[in-house]
Amino acid sequence: MSKLENIILKGITASGGVSVGKAFLLDDDDICLIYREIPKNARENEKKRFDDAIEKTRQEFKEIYNKINDILGENYAHIADTHILILDDMNMRKDVYKLIEEGSNAEYAIFKVMDKVIRSFESIKDDYFKERKVDIQEVAKKILTNLLGKRKRSFRDLKENSIVVAHNLTPADTVTIKEKLIKGFITDVGGKTSHTAIMAQGLGIPAVVGLKVVSSQIKTGDTIILNGNTGEVILNPSAELLEKYQKEYDRQNEVIKELKKLKDLPIETLDKRSVLIFANIDNPDEVSSVLNNEAKGIGLYRTEFMYFNRNSIPCEQEHFEAYYRVVKEMSGYPTTIRTVDLGGDKLAKFGLLKLGREQNPFLGLRAIRLCLKYPDDIFIPQLRGILRASAFGKVRLMYPMISGLDELRDANKILQDVKQDLRKTNISFDEDMEVGTMIEIPSAAVIMDMIAKEVDFVSIGTNDLIQYTLAVDRINENVANIYNPMHPAVLRLIKHIIDNAHKEKIEVGMCGEMAGDPYYTPILLGFGLDEFSVSPFQVLKIKKVICGVSFEQARAISAKILKCGDKESISKIVSAIQMI
Amino acid sequence: MKEKIITVSNKMGLHARPAAMLVQVASKYQSSVKIIKDNFDIDAKSIMGIMTLAAGQGSQLKFVADGPDENEVLTELECLFKSNFSE
Repeated sequence: MSKLENIILKGITASGGVSVGKAFLLDDDDICLIYREIPKNARENEKKRFDDAIEKTRQEFKEIYNKINDILGENYAHIADTHILILDDMNMRKDVYKLIEEGSNAEYAIFKVMDKVIRSFESIKDDYFKERKVDIQEVAKKILTNLLGKRKRSFRDLKENSIVVAHNLTPADTVTIKEKLIKGFITDVGGKTSHTAIMAQGLGIPAVVGLKVVSSQIKTGDTIILNGNTGEVILNPSAELLEKYQKEYDRQNEVIKELKKLKDLPIETLDKRSVLIFANIDNPDEVSSVLNNEAKGIGLYRTEFMYFNRNSIPCEQEHFEAYYRVVKEMSGYPTTIRTVDLGGDKLAKFGLLKLGREQNPFLGLRAIRLCLKYPDDIFIPQLRGILRASAFGKVRLMYPMISGLDELRDANKILQDVKQDLRKTNISFDEDMEVGTMIEIPSAAVIMDMIAKEVDFVSIGTNDLIQYTLAVDRINENVANIYNPMHPAVLRLIKHIIDNAHKEKIEVGMCGEMAGDPYYTPILLGFGLDEFSVSPFQVLKIKKVICGVSFEQARAISAKILKCGDKESISKIVSAIQMI
Repeated sequence: MKEKIITVSNKMGLHARPAAMLVQVASKYQSSVKIIKDNFDIDAKSIMGIMTLAAGQGSQLKFVADGPDENEVLTELECLFKSNFSE
């Protein structure tokens, strides 16, 4: 049977570059469905195994139903309702029992019965009804997963260069990544700044997200083309197209090689203005790529990852050990450790806090607010860990989500108390450790003149700053297009932050994604940004832009841009610089 | 044995939610209920069967009920279709 060639699916670009490779489905439990004859006396037991799996699956669907019901309301919850009805379909159950009675193992029996139903969908012409087979597939997959006691596949199963396909990638999935074998990400959900996008940019691999149902359109082992520049995924590519993309892939690797030649040059503009390029990391394992890419410091060490995949809150010693490793390896280069930026929901699962779900987690109890509310459980152990690590290198401490002076002072008060305790017990730390704050809430940006008097440095978190300034949830696909780093209000705020910080002679960094996108580099440079903190893989790209432009030129451009009020005139000016 | 021809009149046809409602109604009765469409028959108590019918708006379905409460089940099913599944 001849299959259609070059099927193009269009999604949202999350990370640039192209890739050609074999698909690896994360959700797909490539379950080995082998027929196994069950001896006569064990067949009743096999039926019971099947019944138990059904029961377990029902519980899971009920939980999903309740969750959807809480969040989206009853109308949406009926999706899970349908799943439960499929599960309870007596015909399905009778057929499975029959096969088991004839000697089949439960797995094979379910597969056989469900497969027959799924096949009958193939003759349906109406696309809407045809798509409903995914409901049945999902139920079948869940029952099989419960029968086998298997969970999602992990990246540990990777054996060759692969493009990972999943419904969604969670932080928990991505921490197990074996980066060398992964050549791209493709997901059903997500937007430009979703977790998948951030991870892909961090790894320097292409990603396309928001492809809706792609994880049910691709099978593990399919050869696919991923174009992160255009947001396209090409299934069943023709030989010519494969060759074309293979060439593009090779060319891209050449460019990366070229960039590497920049490594030994100083980071300065044509007219010799030096700037710093630091790197952002999530866990100690990334330090090697920070140093490989010649970043001269860590501008943002996110500590949230320490809280994932576990059932208890990390203790002081765990904090210390992680930071100690990083600080040691950075041998004298600064490491900016940000205190934890988690929402209360994440911590509630540890059973520590009695927090219910919040209506609006992004505007709720998170980050420094949570730390100030529960200092003994969360904040103090982390501060002690950071302070102890500061004895072994250059550590900078940074608070997230500061909205005003009161929070800053409250946090510093706790820090002083912790320092005092350490002194009393003769535990050494760096008495001169710099303390700074993220500027990511518009209120903090507006009073930058006051904040600058009480900190040693600041770092602009653009993702949140933009989201809070424009009132746009950056993961909501419906409004993601309004999320715009070049909105005049955002640009003015950035300029305002930098100018007021410079008046107090403190340095301004930027650790949001805007800092890592070469498109914005000349503008930020022109505003006077001192430090770009970007993913390790972006360091050289940013360096290339900085080394190729003069500061005077950049200043003139940013001054011009500040006078523009709309998207189009701004992008005209920016495109003109890209030509230089 | 009783038969009744019912036309699908709701906009979306027998998609997941109406299919679910149909199964719930048919399952309340002892009688067996079959749905026949284009020489293809399925059990009205099986949601998977109904989903494979792909019955869009305007489809004509023949319902065949057999059992002690065959009249009642057909009446209630007809009401359900007439209400357009409260869409």
